[in-house]
This record gives sequence, structure tokens and C-alpha cells, in this order.
Amino acid sequence: MAYSKKVLDHFNNPRNIGSLDKASKEVGTGVVGAPECGDVMKLQIQINAQGIIEDAKFKTFGCGSAIASSSLATEWIKGKSVQEALKIKNTDIVNELALPPIKIHCSVLAEDAIKAAVKDYLAKHGKTVSDVTEE
Amino acid sequence: MKLPIYLDNHATTPMDPRVLETMLPYFTENFGNAASRSHEFGWRAEEAVELAREQIAKLIGASAKEIIFTSGATEADNLAMLGVAEMYKDKGNHIITTPIEHKAILDCCKYLEKAGYEITYLPVDTMGRVSPDDLRKAITDKTILISIMFGNNEIGTLQPMKELGKIAKERGVLFHSDAVQGVGKVPFNVEEFGVDLVSMTAHKMYGPKGVGALYVRRRNPRVRLAEQIHGGGHERGMRSGTLNVPAIVGFGKAAELALKVMPEEMARLIGMRDRMYRELTTALPDVFLNGHPTERLPGNLNLSFAYVEGESMIMGMSDLAVSSGSACTSASLEPSYVLKAIGVGEELAHTSIRFGLGRFTTDEEVNFAIKTVIGNVTKLRALSPLWEMAQEGIDLKSIQWTAH
Repeated sequence: MAYSKKVLDHFNNPRNIGSLDKASKEVGTGVVGAPECGDVMKLQIQINAQGIIEDAKFKTFGCGSAIASSSLATEWIKGKSVQEALKIKNTDIVNELALPPIKIHCSVLAEDAIKAAVKDYLAKHGKTVSDVTEE
Repeated sequence: MKLPIYLDNHATTPMDPRVLETMLPYFTENFGNAASRSHEFGWRAEEAVELAREQIAKLIGASAKEIIFTSGATEADNLAMLGVAEMYKDKGNHIITTPIEHKAILDCCKYLEKAGYEITYLPVDTMGRVSPDDLRKAITDKTILISIMFGNNEIGTLQPMKELGKIAKERGVLFHSDAVQGVGKVPFNVEEFGVDLVSMTAHKMYGPKGVGALYVRRRNPRVRLAEQIHGGGHERGMRSGTLNVPAIVGFGKAAELALKVMPEEMARLIGMRDRMYRELTTALPDVFLNGHPTERLPGNLNLSFAYVEGESMIMGMSDLAVSSGSACTSASLEPSYVLKAIGVGEELAHTSIRFGLGRFTTDEEVNFAIKTVIGNVTKLRALSPLWEMAQEGIDLKSIQWTAH
């Protein structure tokens, strides 16, 4: 299978690899996928007092497209507010990386990872996603 | 050293230059139809085909008349399975095989099941071997055929052919073997193994693509087959169609060479394969061998690199041509059915890589491959959340994953 240039770029030079302190109150962690399915993404966000995602890190077990999708997701959410980050759709990732239909689930997983990380952060502050999106 | 390095010799092998050289005159000056009986052109072609038949027969301890040429191993498998099923249908409708066969066998079985045949799939152990006891127990008075592959194309496991053949003989059941991966690589003898039908192909033994053969035993017992391709009664009435003379000549030469170099080539490949395994497992923790440690094809090394997904491995090693049991490299998105059958968990099946060394693989290439694999696994593990969790001592099986 031929990969798009952008997938190859993210795969060969992944952005924001690493981990943040998952015990910190400023950090939200999302782990989605399953080893049996061949992909697991861990995406973490660090949020400042103004509600802006200051830092984002990821680690992914999965195919090149899964790694590229999560790398791109961290790049996109950095500097965004939680609300803005939640607006990122898997189709945006599909378009940006030119993912073939067979790899769409990788982008879904990346979207899920963002949501899971936000949810985890909010839970630490006694909130849910609807609390922040309804305002 | 030229890049990329070809380590996928189970898929196909490059043609040996000596084979090509032998074939060339049969495209041009010796172009005759081997079935033309009335002139020199035909005689010359026929003579060349008969020499090839002898060369191939010799490789497996058979006689030349027992070799039926086909377009490849898939056709040979179809001819054996469907030909026996049809010819012996009054005797019974039961066929025994294994779940780790090549699709050419499994798809024939599916087809036959729809046509009213009963198929028993013998279990295989964690190394991919069939138990002779299980075979004995599975045979009924309705069993007309046993089809068990010789060497597995993914994990390289070789079956205990002698024991299996003995049981087939005792019970008077025809024994077919898809021996595509083993013939020409390790010793194979139809008498010693007690096989009645054997599928082979040229392109897995440094010959050309598009030609294969089915060995069909002529005595003790004389095997009969219902022809599957009609039109002129070539090949003792078992396979019609003008013979692909240049390819057959190449197949014969490839068989002759394989027999000649086998002891030396086996030792060299086993040496390289075992070194590769040793160096990789010394440098990297959590690497698991799939298949049998010794009863395996000399050039086969199938490894699971835990916590690193196979397709991403392949993507990161563009200088190596290898294949993976990962779902992501298959059209079906299912991980390898062979690894599943030997009890490899799906999470490890996704991390498997098959290295296939061959006649033209050099030590220098193996060294490069080892270095590349170590570098990549290390890089991808640093990127893997599973590796991180494992290092933290978290039992991955204890986690509630969100399957998707």
C-alpha cells in the first residue's frame, strides 16, 4: 500500500511523543483501542488556568496511519481551548492525511482519544463534557 | 549491497540465472508444441519436457510418469482435491485437512463442503504440528482423502510426514500434501513419506512463475483423478492444455539445482536464520518465535515483537522486504489464521513479522536486517503505550480495553 506524504512525514517524524504526569490535576489522559484490534492510542493534554491546552503528548501502538493520526491530533489541539479541541472531527484527520477507507478507523480512534483525554481532565475537576460545551 | 533487501522468499523466489539460461532457447529456436508428433520442432519440445519431468521426479523420489504439469500450485491443489473428491465420491465423502493449509486447499474444502462433502480440520499444536494420533482417530470408512501441507508458508513448521503417511497407508486413504514450501528446500521422498499426491511450484525454488506440478502415484495404489480442465487429454488425461515448454524446462532445471545444492544450502540458511534469531533475541526483550524451533523450513523465521504493531514495523523498515501476520497488512483486517490456529493471541499476531531467507541472501544482508529490526523495534517501542505500561509493571490483560 502506498502511504500519503503526510502520513509518512508524521510516521517518520512523529510530533509530541511522550508522556505527561497522569496524576496531575492539570493533565487529562485518554487511552483508547485494544491490543487485540491492533491499535491502542494514549493521548494526554495539559491544560492551564485559562482552559487552554498548553501541551499534548501521545504514544500509539498501531499501524503507520494510527501513529500519524495521533501525531497530527496532538499538533492540532495544542494551543486550543478544550471546546475547540472537542470540535475536531475524524473526517478532518482523514482529509489532512489522505487516509484510504480501510484506515478511517485510525482517525476515529484519534478523535476518541481527544475526547477521552478531555473527559478525564474534566472528571478531575468534577465536570463532564456537557458542562463545558453548553456554556 | 543493494537496497531494499529481499527477505520474502516464501512469497516467491528470484529466478536462478542458470534456470533462465536453460529456458531461453525454448522461447525462440526451440518453440515447438510438445504435443506435435509429426516434426522435429515438436520432438525437441517433448524431449525437453520429458527431461524436466525426470528432474522433478528425482527431486521427490518419484518416477517421471507420475509428474503432471499444471499452471502452478493452486491448480495442482485444485486438481488433487477436486479430482479425488469427484473420482472417489462413490467410496465416501469425507476429507481430512488442517486449519493452517494454504488458501488453495481451504477454499477447495469450502467449495466441497457446499457440494456435500464433510471436512475435518485436525487441530495443530502450539508449534503448528498435527498429531498422528488425531489423524488416526479422525479417519472413518467414508474418508477418501487426507490433505496435509508439508511446510507451512507463514511459520515454516514441517509436519511429521512419515508418521502421517504411515497411518494413511494403514487405513488405505489417499494422502495429498501441498509441499510448495518444502520441496527443493529440504529432503522430500514420496516413498519415505507415504504420500500419493504432491503439489509443487517452480517459483518457490528459484524457477519461473506460472508452472507447477502434481505428483500422482501410479502404483501402490494407482491414484485416479477426475480431470478438471478439459480439452485434448494431455498429461495422461489429467490436465489438458498445451504445455508451457520454456517454463517446464526452467522448472526442471530449478529442481535439478535444488537437489544438487540442498545439503549445503540448508546448512547455510539454518546458520543464518539461527544467528538472526539469536542476535535479535539477545538485543531485544519480549521477542517470541512462532512455529517449531527445529522442525521448520531452513529459511523461515517468524517472530512476534511484542508491543509493536507489524504494519508500522514494515513501514519503518522500507529497506527490508518482509511480510507480517498483522491484520493491517491483509485486505480482510483479520490477523493471520495460521497464528490463530497455533494459539498465538491476537495482540501478538498483530506484532508478527515473517523473514524468509533464500539462496541469494547474504550474511551482509542479514547483518543489515538485524540492525534495521533492532533500531526500528526500539524506536516503535518508545512510541508504544503498551510497552510503557509493560515497563511500569501493568498487566495488559487486566485492563478494560475499549474494543472498536
